This record gives sequence, structure tokens and C-alpha cells, in this order.
Amino acid sequence: MNARIESKPGPVKNRTTVERKSDREVVVTRTINGPARIVFEAFTKAELLKRWWVPKSMGMTLLSCEVDARVGGKYRLVFDHSPEPAAFFGTYVEVKPYSRLAWTNEEGGEGGSVTTVTFEEKGGKTLVVLHESYPSKEALDAAGTGAADAMVETFDQLDELLVALGESSGQ
Amino acid sequence: MVQYMTTRLDTSFAALSDATRRGVVEQLGRADASITDLAEKFHMTLTGMKKHVGVLEQAGLVTTKKIGRVRTCQLGPRRLEEETAWLERYRQRWDERFDELDKVVEELTRKEKSDERKNRK
Repeated sequence: MNARIESKPGPVKNRTTVERKSDREVVVTRTINGPARIVFEAFTKAELLKRWWVPKSMGMTLLSCEVDARVGGKYRLVFDHSPEPAAFFGTYVEVKPYSRLAWTNEEGGEGGSVTTVTFEEKGGKTLVVLHESYPSKEALDAAGTGAADAMVETFDQLDELLVALGESSGQ
Repeated sequence: MVQYMTTRLDTSFAALSDATRRGVVEQLGRADASITDLAEKFHMTLTGMKKHVGVLEQAGLVTTKKIGRVRTCQLGPRRLEEETAWLERYRQRWDERFDELDKVVEELTRKEKSDERKNRK
């Protein structure tokens, strides 16, 4: 029917915004091109989560990914890391299908950060608002630098990768 | 050194936690302005604007100088860059993740739609 729309190559990339709400809190927002039900699934099903949670540019390989997205259920992600594998794990504290999800991050021991995600569907797209609350401002500062610093080095690789992915997707 | 940097960051983030103050920094990024200009632009009393500029000045995000009877404000030397860099690193990490999520969700949405079409036949 509408040739102009149908011939459009791929969807538009949406903007990711980050705002530091306080000493201990950061809020990330992003609109995802799909209904809340599917976005929620991508967050709560291990076989889907492992496809996007660790972008290839992180240069890390996911060895295993276990998700039990029920209140009180656990998740555990293990990465190939030198000298030994690194595990990220925690507990789901809120699971409200298609609208709200919250989990603790316990790998850092007592008083880790809590991540709360809300999903709001509008016109077939979903606004994802991710709120990370850290126990202290020091913990948040470290989160913003330490791990992310390592990633900066891989940005060059990312560019190459995206080009390669674009080519291989054959669109 | 790390501690010093962190404290400086905290002061800056506190200063930027207010929407008006962020607006002032953005405005000064375009052009220097007097307190009076800023007060008018943000529909605020002179006293109110002086307070906001004071907070920004203390955080080193803004410097002011008095020429005659007019106090002119301009952006601080380079402080904003640190805050911006911090947030940008954080943003990039999530942006990459969400790019991948978009791919997964789009694929599932497409698949679902084509399944629906098949089922309807």
C-alpha cells in the first residue's frame, strides 16, 4: 500500500539519555522499537537477555546466563574473565509483567546497587526507564569510571564491528 | 587525588541537580551574560539568580567578574568537561546495550507479526 514506508531501510535509532539524579542515583532512558510485552520478555528470559546484555564491544564472553524472574528469584551471569571467570548476580525484588522490574546487584557484597526498570508502551514502542540506585556516591562514581574506562578502549573495535554487522545483515 | 576529583565531581553534580542552574550553564555556553540578563531570561528575581550563580561559581562551573556596576557571568574554565565525560561514558555503555536490545525486540516483533499473518490464512 504505502511504498514509501515499506521501502524504508530499518528503523530509526533512538536516543539514550542519562541523568544523574543525585549523589547515588542515575536514570537512563531509551525508547525501544517494540511492544512492552516483548521488551519485558527480552529482560526476563535468559536466552533473550544473553543476546543483548553484553554488547560485543565489551570484549567479554558470557559463559552462562541464568534468570529466574520471579520475586525472590535469582539471576546469575558469568563472564570469561582473566585470571578467573567473573560472576554478576542478584535477586529479583519486583516483577510486574510488562511494566516494572527491579533487582539487586549483589556481586559487590552487602549493600549493592538496586536497579529498577519501568516499561511504558506508546504507539507500539516502549519507553524504558532504568533507575540505578547505589548505596553511596563513591560506589556510583566507581561505576561510572572503573568498568566503563575499560570499555572506552573497545570503542574503536565497536565501529569496525558495527560496519561488519551491517554488512553481514545484508540489508 | 582520586578523592579530590570525586569531591569536585560531587560539588558539580549538586550544582547541576537544579534545572534552572543547568539552563544557566547552557545559556552561558552560548554567550556570556549579566546576572540581570539571566534573571530576566529565567523569569526570576535578581536575588534568586544571584543565589543560583553563587552555587555554580562555588562548584567552579561559572566565573563572574564585575565591570563597572554590571556583574558578567561566563562558563568556568573546563570543569563541565569532567562531568560530561563521566555521563557520556555511562550513557555509551547503556546505549550499546539498548542498541542490541532493539535488534532482539525488532526481530521478535517481526517474527510475531509474520506468524500472525500465517495463522490468519
